[in-house]
Amino acid sequence: MAITRRKLIQAAGAGIGASALGFPAILRAQGDAIRLGLLTVKTGPLASGGLDMERALVMYLRERGNTIAGRKIELFVADTAGVAATARTKTQELVEKNRVQALIGPLDAGSALAIDDYIRAQQIPTMSVAAAEDMTQRKPNPWFVRATSTSSQSAHGMADYSARTLKYQRMAVIADDIPYGHEMVAGFQRVFEEAGGKIVQKLFPPLTVPDYGTYLAQMNQKIDGIFLGFAGSNGFRWLRQFNEYGLKGKTNVVGGMTALDEAVLRNMGDEALGILTACWYSAEIDNPVNRKFSPAFRAEAKYDPGFYAAATYVNGAVFQAAMEAVKGKIEDKSGFMNALRALKVDTCRGPVAFDTYGNVVGNVYIRKVERKEGRLVNSVIHTYPNVSQFWTYKPEEFLKNPVYSRDWPPAKNLES
Amino acid sequence: MQFWIIQTLNSLALGGLLFLLSAGFSLIFGLMRIANLTHGALFMLGAYVGVTILRVVPDLWLAALLGGLLVAAFGGLLERFILRALAGNALGQVLVTLGVAFIIADFCLIVWGGDPIPVPTPEYLRRPLIVAGVAFPTYRLVVIGIAIVTAIVLHLLMERTRLGAMIRAGVDDMQMARAVGIPVSRLFTIVFCLGSALAGAGGIIGGPILSAYPGLDFEMLPLALIIVILGGVGSLVGAFVGSFIIGFIYTFGSALLPDLAYVILFLPMIFVIAFRPRGLFGRLGT
Repeated sequence: MAITRRKLIQAAGAGIGASALGFPAILRAQGDAIRLGLLTVKTGPLASGGLDMERALVMYLRERGNTIAGRKIELFVADTAGVAATARTKTQELVEKNRVQALIGPLDAGSALAIDDYIRAQQIPTMSVAAAEDMTQRKPNPWFVRATSTSSQSAHGMADYSARTLKYQRMAVIADDIPYGHEMVAGFQRVFEEAGGKIVQKLFPPLTVPDYGTYLAQMNQKIDGIFLGFAGSNGFRWLRQFNEYGLKGKTNVVGGMTALDEAVLRNMGDEALGILTACWYSAEIDNPVNRKFSPAFRAEAKYDPGFYAAATYVNGAVFQAAMEAVKGKIEDKSGFMNALRALKVDTCRGPVAFDTYGNVVGNVYIRKVERKEGRLVNSVIHTYPNVSQFWTYKPEEFLKNPVYSRDWPPAKNLES
Repeated sequence: MQFWIIQTLNSLALGGLLFLLSAGFSLIFGLMRIANLTHGALFMLGAYVGVTILRVVPDLWLAALLGGLLVAAFGGLLERFILRALAGNALGQVLVTLGVAFIIADFCLIVWGGDPIPVPTPEYLRRPLIVAGVAFPTYRLVVIGIAIVTAIVLHLLMERTRLGAMIRAGVDDMQMARAVGIPVSRLFTIVFCLGSALAGAGGIIGGPILSAYPGLDFEMLPLALIIVILGGVGSLVGAFVGSFIIGFIYTFGSALLPDLAYVILFLPMIFVIAFRPRGLFGRLGT
């Protein structure tokens, strides 16, 4: 069930009606509605996550009567299709035609990089969902914060857990052949090898590879586990073929934050049981905000909220906290941006604060796929509290290294 | 060792799927002299239609049959009402098939959305077949079997039936075939339906391996083109041999030299065009 334009207008209309009747004085005092832009993806391979982003943000605003810090919020949604060039055009349209005052999104790293100079030049506070590492590392953008995580932020935790708790010594990694996959795997490799483990094989199938058969056949069999750095539904496809090749049970599977997201978990069966993944969110987290959000989202969407739904719901809370700190005066852009960077807020993922580079310091959860009330869920089995994008490294030293990539850090233990 | 055995099997399974795709493409190309660029889209349409049929009738083989028939009907309409109007205008026909391919792609995006849709493997084929300690994915073995059976049936159709003789005559010399009273224009429709049916059914049978996703069409189309150029236009044997050659090159290429996979794929085509423009088994001079 997609959210149609009509529903959105109705929801917004209801909000306008309620606030106009209820608090006319405040409305007059605060002036016009605030125009908030959402950059998401509603067509193409990333659309399911993008639609969840929209649904969760609309939910967040509706729960607050479309009013935040006493001001009415008008939401403009743009579809980037996950294409960088389109993202640029759509952002321009949101800013210049719809005159949005802040942006939530985009979804993917390519789009985030494509709008980097534009939001700098136009000074648009942007609350990103995308993980492009360097936008909060070597080339931090002053108008950009990220309340979700960098590509490797959760993978660092998974690597630590694999080496120290699971006592894995030899591992393979497989990820989509895109910067997101490279960065995630690089972070995993660095922490895993520094904890004494060895990465003996790295595989990067193309993002749209039709068939993983070729990669499964060449998988190193003498390993303790394999780390999946997939996005979208690729983790799901890989796992299914992993079973069909009779590999289940021969090695352990662990994954990054999008490998077994709730959005794909609902299509899976018993083959996913017992797999561990690391993410900054799980529909199963037990905190006061999530105890309300998770069931409410499930009631509306008929499935659990995952990475993308939580991403905009968290960003909604971040936006609200900053708005309340500046008493609704978003027109003072730098004041708003300073408030955004200084805030501390409890969200459905747990407490959120930003480091000096604009990236979140927040919890990372190790989750295990279990069956609960007939559906598969990611149960939290361990929490790494207040994890920074730099893991336990000193930021200055971390930033002296090249950005995580396919070839950095170099893999010294590969066996063919 | 296991690597080589499994990769060989993967190559054969991919080759089998490619045969279902390229057999029709080759026949249409051979008879009607047009490169039907809708062919990849028909393959994808088959996969998506199969997904929908499977929600109602949970049997993959029945879905392949019904889906193949539906795609065949669509192909028939396309030939009768669009390509027929452009008879004799080969360039126009090729452009139209390309346009229709885009229309089908957008239609699929609207109806089935942008998410890749997995096609479930039949329950009884999900467990791997274990022979001497080596695990084979059972479904892929079945796909190879289907391709071989289809090839035999098509071969008999072409070589042993009156219809096949008429098609062969049309491929070899259309004007002469017309002159001796063969209803060539009716053959066009039949061959187009047959080719569409094979592509559509191939899409569904390939579903459990490839899934249905936007972009599947233009991933398959170049492979069909290479196969037909390699094997020879209008030749069933050529399509069969070509499919397996490309299946092997594609699989081993992306396993051993992933960065050069596409170079390796297109290289044999260049050699064939340079040294044997008819293709390995082609009947036509070009």
